Amino acid sequence: MDLILGLFVQGAQMALVLALAPLLTGIVRKAKARLTRRVGASLWQPYRDLARLMRKEVVLAENASWLFRAAPYMIFAATWVAAALVPTFATGLTFSWTADLIAIVALLGSARFFLALAGMDVGTAFGGIGASREVMIASLAEPAMLMIIFTLALVAGSTQLSTVAAQMATPAVGLRFSLGLALVALAVVALAENARIPVDNPATHLELTMVHEAMVLEYSGRHLAMIELAAHLKLLLYLSLIACVFAPWSLAAPGDGVGAHLWGVLAWIGKLGLGGALLALFETSIAKMRVFRVPQFLGVALMLGLLATLLLFVSRSL
Amino acid sequence: MGGLAFDVAHLLAGGLVLVSFMMLYQDRLYALINIYGLHALALTLSVAWQAYIQDAGHLYVTAAIALIFKAIVIPLALMRIVRQFGIHREIETAVGIGPTMLAGMGLVALSMVVMLRVTPDADPLAREDLAFALSVILLGLLVMVTRRNAVGQVIGFMSLENGLILAATGAKGMPLVVEISVAFSVLIAFIVIGVFLFRIRERFDTVDVGAMDEFRGEKR
Repeated sequence: MDLILGLFVQGAQMALVLALAPLLTGIVRKAKARLTRRVGASLWQPYRDLARLMRKEVVLAENASWLFRAAPYMIFAATWVAAALVPTFATGLTFSWTADLIAIVALLGSARFFLALAGMDVGTAFGGIGASREVMIASLAEPAMLMIIFTLALVAGSTQLSTVAAQMATPAVGLRFSLGLALVALAVVALAENARIPVDNPATHLELTMVHEAMVLEYSGRHLAMIELAAHLKLLLYLSLIACVFAPWSLAAPGDGVGAHLWGVLAWIGKLGLGGALLALFETSIAKMRVFRVPQFLGVALMLGLLATLLLFVSRSL
Repeated sequence: MGGLAFDVAHLLAGGLVLVSFMMLYQDRLYALINIYGLHALALTLSVAWQAYIQDAGHLYVTAAIALIFKAIVIPLALMRIVRQFGIHREIETAVGIGPTMLAGMGLVALSMVVMLRVTPDADPLAREDLAFALSVILLGLLVMVTRRNAVGQVIGFMSLENGLILAATGAKGMPLVVEISVAFSVLIAFIVIGVFLFRIRERFDTVDVGAMDEFRGEKR
């Protein structure tokens, strides 16, 4: 019975992340538009975009290899699996025991690897420049992410995300300076990984500044829909990750009933809405950085992560 | 109470270390002076919290001295000097930010390794305080080493002294006389350094200490 319930929760989570990811992007776009006193597209616009892209014909470059066609599905699959492993509204996820936080980072890393390969596959200059920039950003963001994971693992005694979330909800954690540092570092990494504003502008096609858009320039039709959906999923994943580690309240525990789970879902949607609004606020209040300043920006995240890990050794357990 | 008191002390002292890192990161003098003010403010909070948990009234005096002199008077005086010299637009770091940050991390790790090894029997609160104080001191030295501008070096020295105060408050039963005399000797040092700055400026038309190497014939 427990197994069936667990599988049901896991299935519900996989369906929910997929269903809500475009809505989250819609909320962020709407909030950004409202903050700059524009009306903005409707909240459902990302769904309409995806539906339209699905119906459209795929235009392939003549020299595109099989990799170019396979990459969108691989990217989408890897991101979806990673998103299914983050405890969004309940900690008792069945799949969660097969993969920890490091595995989630590895899944996202392999998705990025395929995206960079696909960007270079057709051989256009933009794809190459986008891929090289993306890999440069990733090579700085991943060490920072690993330092954050070390910090969380040292505090919670596990890299298993469900355990971490459950542990963070207990009062034993207390007030910790390292966790504050880790939160800031994780926010910086999330901005960089999702190609948000100080690092990359998700809404531009200006060739000098774009990173993510430059790689997917050659894609069209259902391939583009897959890649866009994966990008929406990734944003949702990072927001859920921040929410489940740093605001783990009202997560349903494994044995809880239906009511607790429903409450967990509602709270999760609330957290996502709040996170999206904060992201929009941050993005409208800051200007995009030059590409050559991005290493400094990510260096701050790396430094904070390292400092958080170091400071943990001087803590209550002395 | 015990757990929370320790957590807040850890938070404030850790904040001091973080502000030291922010100091390493700045390359403009005004920003550096502002961060120094913030550093002194973090020190004030930290000392006041120590006064509260140790129930030691005289530490509040130390906190007040830190707030008035270090967070307000010295930054304003430094701002004045910078404005008088007309060097507020200068950008200066002798070493790049990346290597400096890594060196700073190494120093923090070093101070923790050293302090936690040599004080296994002490009170956890004092151990934590001493480890953070040593890292603030070492980071202050690093600020002094990586700056070429004499004003930047003065700020490095002052932040080093903040680390000393942190260490002194962590040790229970440090008499007030000692702390006041440390605070005032630093003030005297600040005045002497200020006079020196003007002298250097008069001689060499710059406060870049590289000019002195040139004067001595040690130009690289």
